[in-house]
Amino acid sequence: MTEQIDKALKREYEAGFVSAIESETFAPGLDEDVIRRISAMKEEPEWMLDWRLKAYHSWREMEEPEWAHVDYEKIDYQAISYYSAPKSMKDKPKSLDEVDPELLRTYEKLGIPLIEQQMLAGVAVDAVFDSVSVVTTFREKLAEAGVIFCPISEAVHKHPELVKKYLGSVVPPKDNFFAALNCAVFTDGSFVYIPKGTRCPMELSTYFRINEQNTGQFERTLIIADEGSHVSYLEGCTAPQRDENQLHAAVVELVALDDAQIKYSTVQNWYPGDEEGRGGIYNFVTKRGIAHHRAKISWTQVETGSAVTWKYPSCILKGDDSVGEFYSVALTRAKQQADTGTKMIHLGKNTRSTIISKGISAGRSNNSYRGLVRMNPGAEGARNFTQCDSLLIGDQCGAHTFPYVESRNASAIVEHEATTSKVSDDQMFLCRQRGLDPEKAVSMIVNGFCKEVFKELPMEFAVEAGKLLEISLEGSVG
Amino acid sequence: MLSIKNLHARVEDKTILKGLNLDVKPGEVHAIMGPNGAGKSTLGYVLSGRDGYEVEQGSAELDGHSLFDMETEERARAGLFLAFQYPVEIPGVSNMEFLKASVDAVREARGDSALSSAEFLKLARVVCKQVNLPVEFLKRGVNEGFSGGEKKRNEIMQMILLAPRLCILDETDSGLDIDALKVVADGVNSQRSSDRGFVVVTHYQRLLDYIKPDFVHVLSDGKIVKSGGPELAKELEAQGYSWLADHPDEVPAE
Repeated sequence: MTEQIDKALKREYEAGFVSAIESETFAPGLDEDVIRRISAMKEEPEWMLDWRLKAYHSWREMEEPEWAHVDYEKIDYQAISYYSAPKSMKDKPKSLDEVDPELLRTYEKLGIPLIEQQMLAGVAVDAVFDSVSVVTTFREKLAEAGVIFCPISEAVHKHPELVKKYLGSVVPPKDNFFAALNCAVFTDGSFVYIPKGTRCPMELSTYFRINEQNTGQFERTLIIADEGSHVSYLEGCTAPQRDENQLHAAVVELVALDDAQIKYSTVQNWYPGDEEGRGGIYNFVTKRGIAHHRAKISWTQVETGSAVTWKYPSCILKGDDSVGEFYSVALTRAKQQADTGTKMIHLGKNTRSTIISKGISAGRSNNSYRGLVRMNPGAEGARNFTQCDSLLIGDQCGAHTFPYVESRNASAIVEHEATTSKVSDDQMFLCRQRGLDPEKAVSMIVNGFCKEVFKELPMEFAVEAGKLLEISLEGSVG
Repeated sequence: MLSIKNLHARVEDKTILKGLNLDVKPGEVHAIMGPNGAGKSTLGYVLSGRDGYEVEQGSAELDGHSLFDMETEERARAGLFLAFQYPVEIPGVSNMEFLKASVDAVREARGDSALSSAEFLKLARVVCKQVNLPVEFLKRGVNEGFSGGEKKRNEIMQMILLAPRLCILDETDSGLDIDALKVVADGVNSQRSSDRGFVVVTHYQRLLDYIKPDFVHVLSDGKIVKSGGPELAKELEAQGYSWLADHPDEVPAE
């Protein structure tokens, strides 16, 4: 039975191909000069460069965190290249026709056609390839609604007042080791601004692709939802199959002003490494949002890729009556390791947060939930509900839960529920006795376990996430 | 259609079935009775291919095909259905999704075209009614939070939808009150037909008041020690299983 499940869980990593694209790549290594060169490549203003350099100097004083329940070889930061971009992007193509067809083909192969007519109706995409944004679709249509959706490198030029005001306002450069590194060397990512009272007319999404060998990807996303606005945003990520590890250290900042709502969904499918744990992405990411009065921030993540994941999308519930949500499915198999969860920092009165975390461990993997719920003295009447469920497949994997609760307000209510279960022999037998093959049975049981989270994803992507899990589980469900 | 010859099987180190013989022809209902620990549930598990149940010797054929050469799911697709004594829950997987996947798999193996979602829903609604389950149960997780009786009725619903060749009911009567028992029995009776066989495993005669068997067999210590008509069940009920010891095999097991 364990053997069958193992077989059911083995998968081909479909996004593991390499595109033949000529790139301009910096030689490995990191010093002030490299940062100046990145800044120069982006033709950045002085203030941006200063900001980077300051972060770089802070980073040099910091130590790589070791508290996470993950084990990996120390990263040699001088052995990584910090910038790589397709040569064809140097001329700054003005329209899709000028973009290298090989780049477009890469995204098409990944199921993300960038030609607007072929795209999912109602979804705008920013496609980031290694260190640069290749295309951002539907920009005109969005502009009609006053929505700004562009590469962050462009926002630095066109909307400096917004960037200056909000960049680093939620995740300060000194926040942590990886965030500081990102501040110093970030290359591209998406910038979103939704004006007051506007409901963004489309789903926004960013698709990150690492292609070049031996490079790190350091993307930076900033989403600002002005008062009373709504936006739903999704990111996806893949990388080629390689025997070496690659670092991905992103920072995402969300700002939800009074009465605004941001829904941020992630379908993370970075290359997870092979059966023996060779290769794969180190996914060390800082994501945080700040919610002002009556604002709502909702994180939904489906994490199936990466060799090592270190990621805690968090909410600072600053305004009274603000709401934070975190819905997570993390699947680890083979030798993958995930240490993921959230932080809900309740500052305002009557703030509410919900955490639903589903961890699935298979093979020899390790899957940890780490969460902090903090009720500050001012959080009168605040509430949190946390539910952490772990599903074990086989008997060589690990599931761990590290919940931290700090309550400094007697009127605050914190609830925590946790369960651990196994895909049982009984369940497998029932399914197979009803004619289902083992792959289908496992995939069905796991999907059922994740249902509460999947229903939080935007509809277009719920299907995709279900499929991704099936690919991960090598099922073939209709 | 089902032919079991000299079946020996074990669980872990313990041999449970010790030379069991049984023949079921299309249209027949066979009841298997016996004391606890006689191997009644083991028989269903061995035939349907549950992990951990190992065949030591002997054979079992369904429609001329050796069951032991097939995977568990292949046996199901060939028409073997086991109604569980303790149906397990699968949280979050809707009954509807589960039933549809199961019916699709079995139909595909038979070479029948797949049912559309609408066709299937229509069919499922009718069967729901037949086993007296509210239609809402289709949306609920498989057996999730169902009462004992509801679980059993859900099993019968699956049986009706899958239209198997051979049904094995494993103590389907256990834990049922008389009303639920009638619903379950009615469901089973509605499925009796000239091309379908039943093996009804039960500890008590009670179920057989509602599902009238053609043959009754007594299983004791891994073997069928006595076979007869419906009257045998009544005798057992009246006299208890200890009576068997005084009346060795009068009718040879088939």
